[in-house]
Amino acid sequence: MPITYTSNEQVEVYRFSLPVAIAVPLVAIFLQAFIPLRFHFFSSIDLPLLVVIFFALARRSPVTGLLTGAAIGLIQDSLTHQPIGVYGIAKTVVGYGASSLGVKLDVENAGSRFLVTLFFFGLHEVLYFSVARELLGLTLQWSWLHELGSALANAFLAVLLFAVLDRFKQRT
Amino acid sequence: MENIISRYRNVTILVAILFVQVLGLAVQVKRATDDRPTRLIRVWAVDVVTPLEKSIVWFQHGVTNLWHNYFYLRGVRQENRDLKQQIENLRIEQTRMHEDAEQARRLQLLLGFKEQFISRTIAAQVIGLTGSDQSRAIYLDKGAREGIRPDMAVVTADGVIGKVLRVYGANRFEASVSQVLLINDQTSGVGVILEKSRLQGVLRGTPLGEVVLEKVMSDETVQPGDRVLTSGGDRIFPKGLPVGTVTKVSPGPELFLNIRVKPTADLGCLEEVLIITQQEEREPIVAGGAPMRAADILAQRLPSVPDRPPDDPNKPPPPTSGLKILPAPGGTIGQGSTNPKPGANVTGSSAVVKTAPALPRTAVASDTSGKSGSNSATIPLKGSPVAKPAPKPASPPIKTQATGDATQATTSNQVKTKPSQSEPPPQQPAAAPTPPQDQPQ
Repeated sequence: MPITYTSNEQVEVYRFSLPVAIAVPLVAIFLQAFIPLRFHFFSSIDLPLLVVIFFALARRSPVTGLLTGAAIGLIQDSLTHQPIGVYGIAKTVVGYGASSLGVKLDVENAGSRFLVTLFFFGLHEVLYFSVARELLGLTLQWSWLHELGSALANAFLAVLLFAVLDRFKQRT
Repeated sequence: MENIISRYRNVTILVAILFVQVLGLAVQVKRATDDRPTRLIRVWAVDVVTPLEKSIVWFQHGVTNLWHNYFYLRGVRQENRDLKQQIENLRIEQTRMHEDAEQARRLQLLLGFKEQFISRTIAAQVIGLTGSDQSRAIYLDKGAREGIRPDMAVVTADGVIGKVLRVYGANRFEASVSQVLLINDQTSGVGVILEKSRLQGVLRGTPLGEVVLEKVMSDETVQPGDRVLTSGGDRIFPKGLPVGTVTKVSPGPELFLNIRVKPTADLGCLEEVLIITQQEEREPIVAGGAPMRAADILAQRLPSVPDRPPDDPNKPPPPTSGLKILPAPGGTIGQGSTNPKPGANVTGSSAVVKTAPALPRTAVASDTSGKSGSNSATIPLKGSPVAKPAPKPASPPIKTQATGDATQATTSNQVKTKPSQSEPPPQQPAAAPTPPQDQPQ
């Protein structure tokens, strides 16, 4: 699927109702904490990240995107036992980048969504590892194979998830 | 200036948000031991997520219990029969091990050891994870309102899984849950000991979620398959709980071995756990009460040199004296003990023997002189041809229970004495018998 360049006039900006804007990230965080308890392979998926990318692409507002990313990342951090801010920083940048990209590109089709998610998952992991290693001094091991597999799994899931979440979009 | 800011408004906001978060991280890293700066946001997040997890787990268990307890009962009778058979086997094993346990307690008492007891636990349900591969922790449905405190040990029937890190629910508006740091997290540490070699080390998690044993010198011998137990040195986990099994040993950095351990508990599939809320340290309680010297215990277990006969020319050839342990009907005297040879004398030491209620082993008091109260208890081995009296009152005051012709002495080593039927009455020792010094318990 080709990624088509569009002008600002052609780009459609969507908004979401307040319940959806609050409930969808919370449900994503809840599922992220709950499903790996029963299905361990699900720990490779980052549902909150997918939600951040989806909202950022749909809203196409960098400020809203980075704020959404920061909020979701900080809540995700709060559930861990590590200092708060690692996921926050990574998802802030991803939210900003995805919304900025959404302004430039048509990301409504499945192919572009797959590629965009693949790219931003990688960016997210690089940021997370950098912050955790350099700022917190955590010993993390980077595995290209694991990261690639996770990125592909997240990208596939993103295509399906975005199709479901499209139903909640409202035209401005 | 204003024009530049408005032009780069988005980037400015991004930098500002990132700066605030980096600043927050720096503050948290600096105050690593103080959780207060981030307490509030954690409470909010936990309050939002955990009630949903709790309710789903509760519903799921309700449905599962309904199905398993009321509908799906196929094979229950067979399982019941198997379990009964297992109980019988365990009872036999329990009887076998009881004696050694008593022995160990007596030795601990002698050495001034204090036993650690898990005196109270609380069962809890695992309701969720952290959602991060780099933070290996779980959430339990019990918190401050149930008496959970940080640094309490969390275990399953298989072994140790972690310790309580954070507790929520101090006030009634918070969800009462707790966060448990698993032993495979890279920030965790457990004081452990190898069961066979008694080498101590520190168990740590790795970034990949594996568990390794650190601080074991490379010149030590560690074999794959060795069991790893808690050492109790970290003051969190009680001593002796199973932690894991050594799976791989290789030379590590510097002077230490690189030992990989497989946890006994399945950390990836946790459902119900026990939180150890109270531990007690107390001196071991020995059945029968009074303390006993280690030498006396060994003297009772091992054959010893017979006492020297008295230098009395008027007396007939001196018999050997003292307490003789008879082989139990089963043929052995205690597990792991050396079977005394026939006629082996186990007196001669300053044994302070007290009675014990449980009597898995027997010895026979051959004080058949008819004088009760004599503590020159010659306890011949069953089957020994002649029971010879002690030449002089044994220095160890043996606490006996005088019962007519035969003195039935029950020692704290669980030695039961009874008269030998096939032996002639021994000669009365030359020295005057000493009355029993204590009554058996």
